Amino acid sequence: MKRHLISAGDLSRADALLILDTAEELAHLADRPIKKLPTLRGRTVVNLFYEDSTRTRISFEAAAKRLSADVINFSAKGSSVAKGESLKDTALTLEAMGADAVVIRHGASGAAHRLAGWVQGSVLNAGDGTHEHPTQALLDAFTIRRRLKGTGARGAGLDGLRVTVVGDVLHSRVARSNVLLLSTLGAEVTLAAPPTLLPLAVGSWPCAVSYDLDSELPKSDVVMMLRVQQERMTAAYFPSVREYSRRYGLDAARMARLPGHAIVMHPGPMNRGVEIAAEVADSVRSTIVEQVANGVTTRMAVLYLLLGGMEFPATGVAR
Amino acid sequence: MTDDAMTDDGSWLIKGVTVPASGKHGEERTSILLGSGSITAIGPDLDHPGARILDAGGLIALPGLVDLHTHLREPGREDAETVQTGTAAAALGGYTAVHAMANTDPVADTAGVVEQVWRLGRTAGHCDVQPVGAVTVGLNGVRLAELGTMADSAARVRVFSDDGRCVSDPLLMRRALEYVKAFGGVIAQHAQDPRLTEGAQLNEGEMSARLGLAGWPAVAEEAVIARDCLLAAHVGSALHVCHVSTAGSAEIIRWAKSKGWPVTAEVTPHHLLLTDELAAGYDPVFKVNPPLRTEADVAELRRALADGTIDCVATDHAPHPVEAKETEWAEAAFGMTGLETALRVVQRAMVDTGLLDWAGVADRMSVRPARIGRLPGHGTPLAPGAPGHLTLYDPAAPAEAVTPAGASKSRNTPFAGMELPGRVVATFLRGVPTALDGKLA
Repeated sequence: MKRHLISAGDLSRADALLILDTAEELAHLADRPIKKLPTLRGRTVVNLFYEDSTRTRISFEAAAKRLSADVINFSAKGSSVAKGESLKDTALTLEAMGADAVVIRHGASGAAHRLAGWVQGSVLNAGDGTHEHPTQALLDAFTIRRRLKGTGARGAGLDGLRVTVVGDVLHSRVARSNVLLLSTLGAEVTLAAPPTLLPLAVGSWPCAVSYDLDSELPKSDVVMMLRVQQERMTAAYFPSVREYSRRYGLDAARMARLPGHAIVMHPGPMNRGVEIAAEVADSVRSTIVEQVANGVTTRMAVLYLLLGGMEFPATGVAR
Repeated sequence: MTDDAMTDDGSWLIKGVTVPASGKHGEERTSILLGSGSITAIGPDLDHPGARILDAGGLIALPGLVDLHTHLREPGREDAETVQTGTAAAALGGYTAVHAMANTDPVADTAGVVEQVWRLGRTAGHCDVQPVGAVTVGLNGVRLAELGTMADSAARVRVFSDDGRCVSDPLLMRRALEYVKAFGGVIAQHAQDPRLTEGAQLNEGEMSARLGLAGWPAVAEEAVIARDCLLAAHVGSALHVCHVSTAGSAEIIRWAKSKGWPVTAEVTPHHLLLTDELAAGYDPVFKVNPPLRTEADVAELRRALADGTIDCVATDHAPHPVEAKETEWAEAAFGMTGLETALRVVQRAMVDTGLLDWAGVADRMSVRPARIGRLPGHGTPLAPGAPGHLTLYDPAAPAEAVTPAGASKSRNTPFAGMELPGRVVATFLRGVPTALDGKLA
């Protein structure tokens, strides 16, 4: 039986709600003096990280440890990977060591998908190239629901909420997973970006598209800013960082155009002064620190459900 | 009749075979007598004591297939393929001649290397091997290779290609086209604008957007083809377009041909059957250059092959060792094997769909590629006196799933597990079987 989480598109609405509701249960744990549950005692979770991502790795590590799992961190640097071992051989090695779950972060799109074909245990995609980052979308959905629907919103989706995702959608695994998951949960997603940073075939996605951020802001319940990668800044996607910031950056003046209840999100790490101004990042609308905390809770929920034998899609096929 | 009279004299009598002829329906069964390297006679009531008899009832006879685009990998990547194994795969696929691409290691950019490949082909003996010469030194797109010396060598090179890379510099492409006029050569272009395809992984469209794989736009191919057609017209020299993969490319070539310009083109079997939807599982066995495109492109390529806009089918047989494909998509090598499945794929895509009859297949897979490849003695319609290059094919063989194991050293066939009709029963090279009953002879 396959028990993986590779794409947010594999989750039905019921699957996604189960994860969010489970995360809500687990969130109460964080308020207790002893944060640990014995649920995954004796199970082994491997964090297989081919890209530097301290925050995601620590988040998964904390999640697994709070469920009492044994955690092995395998980073591409200083390992056999540096000696040229293939992903498949690494997978077989982890398999032989008895990994119950492999959390993989990799620079190549589809790496998690390939890995799932080579190991028996569960594969959790912690970001593959420019493809997907499903647990980021889950923690974002969880954060949105908590902020805008309250902590008692079990069973509720994000129906009718308007989410505007801003920036480098073309190269963003966060954007891909969020478009799939948030639309599954009933939100109306709009992508706001310069045309160069949108996929040509974005019309086939379950979302709207706008080149004009300012016109989207007054009707947004949520604004999600994407990080502008350093390498895009010199590859003719936009004329200059200053111009990008002027047209698509979220500063205090733009934030003032948002409805009073609207929140501002960012998956981190931020480029302050580029896609988001410091006074926005540090404002009360900002959920950036909450997202980090919710990341641990949401990943606990995913590990708990996957290693508990849940199969996605558990209910119907989402696409 | 004495025992002596029964002695095998090396000739073959192929009985009850159908020779496809265009426009004719219910073609008569006939017999073909092969002897002394050529077709000695064709007729319904042939008899020849001493000939071995092959009962070919239900089979069709095609002139031996000619591939314009084969990667034999030798010298340099003998772990992927050798001239020996590649030509064996060719024979099993019904081919009697292949053009060996120049992107070997060392590159086939000198008389020495093309002669080596040519000699290896003569020794291997499973089919004729015609080396293709590189256009530029080391395929680097900077300086012309010694095209004339390769043309004058024992390998008698006439087709030049930097395949795998594009001759993207317009001036260099112009010079190459002009220069080969001196010896009746042709430049076979791998049309791919390098800047538009930096890091590209998959056809730019819905699939690349969903899968997060860097898009490979159709325009990167079409823009180069349009430019090259104009250059070929300007200097009055022959351009051949390798592995056409988009509907737009076919349209440009149709336009160029309507002007009477000296342009020819090929399409691969995989671009006639497969689409980018197959990349959904990130299995790099579907990673190829140019990439698999969309359903609409496949339909247009079939139409263009049927109406002759695209002249021929060429396999772009590109063997790779297992480890080059058992990896992440972006890390994996581009390319698919194709020699052993080409004819079956063409039956499925072109014949069973009613787009092309078997006479058309003979034209697109033997006659025209031999003509474009300037390969005398191949691609000759079956007639008394013609060379004894012959492919016997059973189009009624029940569809069977393709198995990756074959004569090729590599296993990277995208058709593995796919049910394809037909079966290559036998291949004859100069009257001698190279494949018999689906096995190497």
